[in-house]
Amino acid sequence: MHEFSLVMSMLDLAEKAARADGARRISAIHLEIGALAGVVPEALEFAFEGARVGTMAENARLEVTYLPAIAYCATCQSEFELDNRFGIAVCPSCDTPSADLRQGRELQLAHLEVEE
Amino acid sequence: MSGRPDATERGSAPAEPQPVPAAGTTASTRDVRVSPHGTAAIPGARVVQVQKSLMVHNDGVAAANREAFRGSLVLNVVSSPGSGKTALLERTVRDLDGDLSVAIVVGDLETDNDAERLHAAGAPSVQIVTGTVCHLEAEMVARAVDQLDLGGLDVLVIENVGNLVCPAAWDLGEDLRVTMLSVTEGEDKPLKYPRIFKDADAVLINKIDIAEVVGFDRVRALDAVRKVAPGARVFELSARTGEGVGDWLDYLRERRRLKASAIAAAATDAS
Repeated sequence: MHEFSLVMSMLDLAEKAARADGARRISAIHLEIGALAGVVPEALEFAFEGARVGTMAENARLEVTYLPAIAYCATCQSEFELDNRFGIAVCPSCDTPSADLRQGRELQLAHLEVEE
Repeated sequence: MSGRPDATERGSAPAEPQPVPAAGTTASTRDVRVSPHGTAAIPGARVVQVQKSLMVHNDGVAAANREAFRGSLVLNVVSSPGSGKTALLERTVRDLDGDLSVAIVVGDLETDNDAERLHAAGAPSVQIVTGTVCHLEAEMVARAVDQLDLGGLDVLVIENVGNLVCPAAWDLGEDLRVTMLSVTEGEDKPLKYPRIFKDADAVLINKIDIAEVVGFDRVRALDAVRKVAPGARVFELSARTGEGVGDWLDYLRERRRLKASAIAAAATDAS
């Protein structure tokens, strides 16, 4: 349940950004999470349900965009999307395994919707 | 929990085409009714771009740790509970026999049993009791190392909480991520926990002394490791018998030497 720690960090960043903008309430929080970030959506929702109580985001929606994992093939000098959930990055053009993950670890607070 | 306010809070207003704020901007955009991803927003709400990693605080502390740890090689050792992290570290300290000085920070949900074992093996050790937290964070490590003398220390080992999911995202300020599995856990572990294996600099397969008894399929396991972590160094060893531990110790000596020369070179450049 590291999702609880992530949610606490998310709420902290969100409240700071909302306050800096002069808002009183946060109506939506939008996250971007990489396919290999190790986040369980249900655990994230569960943690958010508990942690948002008493915060500016008490009634906010949580919206999550999941980003596909993308690796870089040094041989073909091109990026490719991983076609599996196992983190196996093998270039579809030349069959070379890649250790160079370019996207998929994201745990990003993208934007908020706020109200006065 | 206080009651939900008006129903419009959760209802979605009809989407109307509106200007979309440029990605990456930090200034707020007033009166935008449509988020950058096209989700209908609440009338009257506005979008505030944040674009910050949830790990931003941890990563800042990890960077400070890295600076404080520059004199030592730092490992972050992760595995499931019972893979043999503590046993391997006991073996590592004993077999190094003072050749490299080692100190250990060890995280567990409860008890200081592991720190006691490691201390008995000859390494100054600090226990972090995390209570309910399933991973170590950079700040916990920063507090724990306050109790250690880092001066002249060759290797600082951070033994993470036994867990193959939660510790993955937290940078602790380490040089090397060491991910361990043992032969009793199944050959497909790297496929089941891809992130923590993908980020590994070294993968250790422990308990090889009982591999045959438990029907461990070595070829399948190595194949899974190489698929998920093609760049990782792989060590097959037994913390109990010491088999294969020599190569692991050589790796530590080599990485310690490389870091010391990199730091020395940086110091020469700076002067």
